[in-house]
Amino acid sequence: MKQKRWYDYLWIASSVYLVLGFFNILFAWLGLICFITPLLISIIGGSKAYCNKYCGRGQLFELLGGGFGLSLKMKPPRFLRSKWFRYGFLIFFMTMFLLMIYNTYLVFAGTDLREAVTLLWVFKLPWKWTNTSFVSPWIAQFAFGFYGVMLTSTVLGLVTMILFKPRTWCVYCPMGTMTQGICKIKYRKDKNNGTKSKTDSGVVENIGQ
Amino acid sequence: MITTKKKAEIAHQCVACGSCVKICPLNAISIHKGIKAVVNEQKCVGCGKCVAACPAAVICIVEMEGAKNEAKALV
Repeated sequence: MKQKRWYDYLWIASSVYLVLGFFNILFAWLGLICFITPLLISIIGGSKAYCNKYCGRGQLFELLGGGFGLSLKMKPPRFLRSKWFRYGFLIFFMTMFLLMIYNTYLVFAGTDLREAVTLLWVFKLPWKWTNTSFVSPWIAQFAFGFYGVMLTSTVLGLVTMILFKPRTWCVYCPMGTMTQGICKIKYRKDKNNGTKSKTDSGVVENIGQ
Repeated sequence: MITTKKKAEIAHQCVACGSCVKICPLNAISIHKGIKAVVNEQKCVGCGKCVAACPAAVICIVEMEGAKNEAKALV
């Protein structure tokens, strides 16, 4: 049995985040940590340490699907594992994210605040029980939009966790795809610059493909 | 006498999620530069736990035969 580290309990933070959003949508802003941290780790450190160690969502799926046995543990379909789907989903996800940013800008520019969380990019869930009057409307609008993004990815992750293997979400997670892409670019760049260490050579075949 | 040894082999389609690293009882797998998981052949005994855990289904157990080191895909 491997010794547990503090970061092995980050699934608690992910669960608390989802619950906090129900009480006050403004907590959704905390979710930016899950966007910025993996990007910084991959850009500066050139690794996927966030996915490998600190991703609370991945741990949550592992716990629910593996520990609690809620997963059928089937092999995910080939299309879900394909490069086309992974990068296609990343583009789609980023497009929807930019649309959400645009909606925030519209509210900033004077449009009325829409107190709803969009689930799976289609379903508008009324979310009027939160008092957001003490912040600027655009701050609240971003929170609604961002919480929708987080909730949508959690629902998708849970569905694929149940149907396939616990961490199937990790296969097409936009952040995972993006950070792996950054790591590949960084690796190629370092290799071209001749900074590839001697220990790297010959260790990994087909790397960066 | 020809000796055989089982070991895990990871395809380049690996998404580097780290599921295999966590499950490996012998710490034989690591993520190389955030790109792909790599197996330490000295440590790996081919138990197959990583195969079951991998959500991308890119790991298989191969059998290495004798000095020639020829790998034969089993899964």
